[in-house]
Amino acid sequence: MNWLIAILQTLLFVALAPLLAGWIKCCKCRLQNRKAPSLFQPYRDLIKLTHKQPVVSEQASWLFIKAPYIIFSATVLAATVVPLIAVDLPTSASADVIVMVGFFAFARFFLALAGLDVGTAFGGMGSSREMTISSLAEPAMLMAIFTLTMTASTTNLSFAISHVLNEGLVLRPSFVFALAALTLVAIAETGRIPVDNPSTHLELTMIHEAMILEYSGRHLALIEWASQLKLMLYGVLIANIFFPWGIAETFDVQALGYGLLAIMGKLAVLAIFLAVAETLFAKMRLFRVQEYLSFAYLLGLLGLLSHIILEASR
Amino acid sequence: MILALAYGAVLLSFFSGLLALLMNQRLHVLEFSQHWFKKSPHGNDCSQSAIANSLEEKHFPFLLRQAVFVLLGLSGVFAILAGLGVLIGKEVITDQLSLGLPWVPWHVRFDCLSGFFFLIVGIATSAVSLYGPGYVNSYDESQHPFAVLGLFTGLFVAGMLLVLLADDAFFFMIAWELMSVASYFLVAFQHENSANRRAAFLYLLMAEVGALAIILGFGVLASFSDGFTFGALREAHLSSTWASIAFMLALLGFGMKAGIVPVHVWLPEAHPVAPSHISALMSGVMLKVALYGLIRFCFDLLGDVHWQWGVVLLVLGTVSALGGILYAMMQTNLKRLLAYSSVENIGIIFMVLGLSMIFMANGHPQLAALGFLAALFHAFNHALFKNLLFLGAGMIHHQTHQLNIDMMGGLIKKMPKTSMLFLIGCMSISSLPLFNGFVSEWLAFQTALQVDVLNNGVLRSLIPVAAAALALTAALAAACFVKVFGLIFLGQPRSHHCEKAHEVQDKGMLAGPALLAGLCFLFGIFPGPVISLINSVAGQLLGETLPNDAALGWLWLAPVSTSQSSYAPPLVLIGALIAGCISFWYLRRNPATALRISETWDCGFGGLRPRMQYSSSAFTMPFRRIFAKVWIIDEQIDKDMQGAMNQDVAAVHYHLQIQDHSWPRLYHPIEHGINKLAKVVGRIQTGNIRVYLGYSFVTLIIMLWVIS
Repeated sequence: MNWLIAILQTLLFVALAPLLAGWIKCCKCRLQNRKAPSLFQPYRDLIKLTHKQPVVSEQASWLFIKAPYIIFSATVLAATVVPLIAVDLPTSASADVIVMVGFFAFARFFLALAGLDVGTAFGGMGSSREMTISSLAEPAMLMAIFTLTMTASTTNLSFAISHVLNEGLVLRPSFVFALAALTLVAIAETGRIPVDNPSTHLELTMIHEAMILEYSGRHLALIEWASQLKLMLYGVLIANIFFPWGIAETFDVQALGYGLLAIMGKLAVLAIFLAVAETLFAKMRLFRVQEYLSFAYLLGLLGLLSHIILEASR
Repeated sequence: MILALAYGAVLLSFFSGLLALLMNQRLHVLEFSQHWFKKSPHGNDCSQSAIANSLEEKHFPFLLRQAVFVLLGLSGVFAILAGLGVLIGKEVITDQLSLGLPWVPWHVRFDCLSGFFFLIVGIATSAVSLYGPGYVNSYDESQHPFAVLGLFTGLFVAGMLLVLLADDAFFFMIAWELMSVASYFLVAFQHENSANRRAAFLYLLMAEVGALAIILGFGVLASFSDGFTFGALREAHLSSTWASIAFMLALLGFGMKAGIVPVHVWLPEAHPVAPSHISALMSGVMLKVALYGLIRFCFDLLGDVHWQWGVVLLVLGTVSALGGILYAMMQTNLKRLLAYSSVENIGIIFMVLGLSMIFMANGHPQLAALGFLAALFHAFNHALFKNLLFLGAGMIHHQTHQLNIDMMGGLIKKMPKTSMLFLIGCMSISSLPLFNGFVSEWLAFQTALQVDVLNNGVLRSLIPVAAAALALTAALAAACFVKVFGLIFLGQPRSHHCEKAHEVQDKGMLAGPALLAGLCFLFGIFPGPVISLINSVAGQLLGETLPNDAALGWLWLAPVSTSQSSYAPPLVLIGALIAGCISFWYLRRNPATALRISETWDCGFGGLRPRMQYSSSAFTMPFRRIFAKVWIIDEQIDKDMQGAMNQDVAAVHYHLQIQDHSWPRLYHPIEHGINKLAKVVGRIQTGNIRVYLGYSFVTLIIMLWVIS
């Protein structure tokens, strides 16, 4: 039963990720006074791409062709670890939160290699920038997550979220800092404004798009899907760690249904925040990103220190 | 029996060295064999001719090389067996050898700690001996005689094994010096380059200074005990000041060999100039032997560790890890890069060892055992993947005659097998899940997260910061090895040599790295066996092992308790395979959408050339800007002008030099100081014999006065 729920929620993750992307696009369009595409447009795009014949450069090696599958699988694996609608998942035990960060690193490693594989300047540029930003973002993210794991004294995400649930609504300064840090990291890691702009192919500012410039057809579909999944993963992390209320603690149909509704509601609200932020801010210069990320790191560190100094049991 | 295996390993490596000496004595061997055949009437013509044939000009060096490496490989296998034997049996075997000076026999002790490092040496030596015969073929016998290489390789391995066996300070230092001096000759092997001679001298200098520090450390211990055997040193009761002095001396000595910042400078000089299989041994194994020395000295001989030592190790380790990887990233010479990355990994090991000491001194032996486990497991993993990467670098150098990664590219198509092996090495060292590097890093994070049990507020805030530095190091390592793999194997070839390169032909040269790559993957999926082996080391040395979660079994890794953290790599592997297969199968069903091969998109301008690709310095440019203070950067852009009024740019020359801060900050002042001191001392050398006689006279008078 546990395993069944785990598989079900992974499938839900994979299925709902494009919907979230569509919803964000919708909100952004409304805010910018444009006519929004259908909520299901990302699904149509993915289906269209899978039916197209992929074009692969003659310079490309096997790595370029296999990388989308590896990236997608690693991201799906990360999704199995994160509780979406219910806690107490067996998959959270087989891979804890540090392994989840490892899965992201795995996907990124291959994405960056794929960018270098074709031997164009754009690919190298994208890989170099992506690795720079992620290597600054990863410690900040771990700092924020360590705050949670030290509070709950477990690195198992299911247990940690249960712990937060059982504690009830307690305002912890450390969680406020960690929330801010994780939000900043999530924006950087998923390539949103102000770090990267997902909707532009303007050459000199590209990061994520520069790496996947050579991809087409089903390969592009997989990579797009994986990045939508990653966005949703970060959203769910923020929603379920800091506002876990509503998530199912028992495996009956009603609780699971509430869990699904709760997470969809939470993600919808988060997406509106993201859309507002993306409308209000402009993309920043590449070398300002380090300041942005060091700020995130500092917040994470402050969170951890305030946990140690103010909240720890002794 | 186990001890006999251990001795066998030492003797075999020693004999392999001696056998290599025969290379110069081909004619004598021929004479001797003919003489022997005349004497023995049973030798029939057939075997005689076979042997005579084998001694011919062409076959003799080939066969001898094979024989030397077979002996070395056997030594490795014996070392593995001996190590496994003692680890499984959890024994402590002692012995005395009446070698050396008549009144000080060599004491031998073979326990779990030695056994574990025997295992590391054994695996590395076996892989190297598979790889060696193919690799040394490329050396010209007249310029680089195999006799030298083989002799010192054998002595080097024997020295390392003897260090692990030693149970008294004399024997330890003799073995230590054997290891250092033999490796000096190996670094100086290609001595026709002045840079190589300089590197070798620097190495020898630092090795000897380090050895002096170790001797002084033993001396401090010995002055509080009645003898030089480790048994006597263990009994010594030191005040905490003297214990700290001994610890600092040992840290300096062993840290110099292990390559901890700021005494790491010999590593990036010596590793690139030694032959690749030797750099693999030096970086993969010798650094671990230094680590063994430190662990033996601190945890075993000194006994009660202080938490302040742990803090010293933690801070030094953090600096080394971050510094090592940042310097590694800037290198363009592949082997230099790998050498700096060794500094990083040793830094990580020191960090976790420091955590272990802190927990130990604060009365949490179980957590100390966890840190100890993470440190030793990372040492083991580093030996595997760094060996693999150095051997891979040797293969690349063998085929392309290049070590500059800016001159490579596109090798994934020319050398598919090598590229696969190298990719596994890169993924392990970047600590990606499913590979062994990740497991030890995961354990390190788990250790750091146990900080809540400590009472000291400073430590409780220091350790999470160190954990964040570890996270940064891991992320930077991933970036660094994306650069390495991407520039060497992917893209278009950047030089003629790389375009012409082809796969390594020699099977042994592929088998050695393949063995290591297989182990990297195997221990990434099933870390259990190694962890239980290290647990017995911790049990013997710290008197405490991890709580054994029998309920979870071999599938799971749950070092503290299941409710705190767990990791099941086999399940993750199964999940990855399922996810990968489903997506692959689902999307590949339709044959109408098969791949179409086409030209690379070039923005419509045409003429995409290899020079347009990102280079090493371009790839690391963002890092160079962000962490600018870490290096001394000398960046010059010169433009050749031409045309009317000299306004057209004909060519642009870009020159980038990255220097280590430790040279101007630490070594040059020392050098100046010594020179100044020498000048001051030089004043008493007047060159006049009467003055010298006066000195002798005064000395004599003073001596007489002292005695009376």
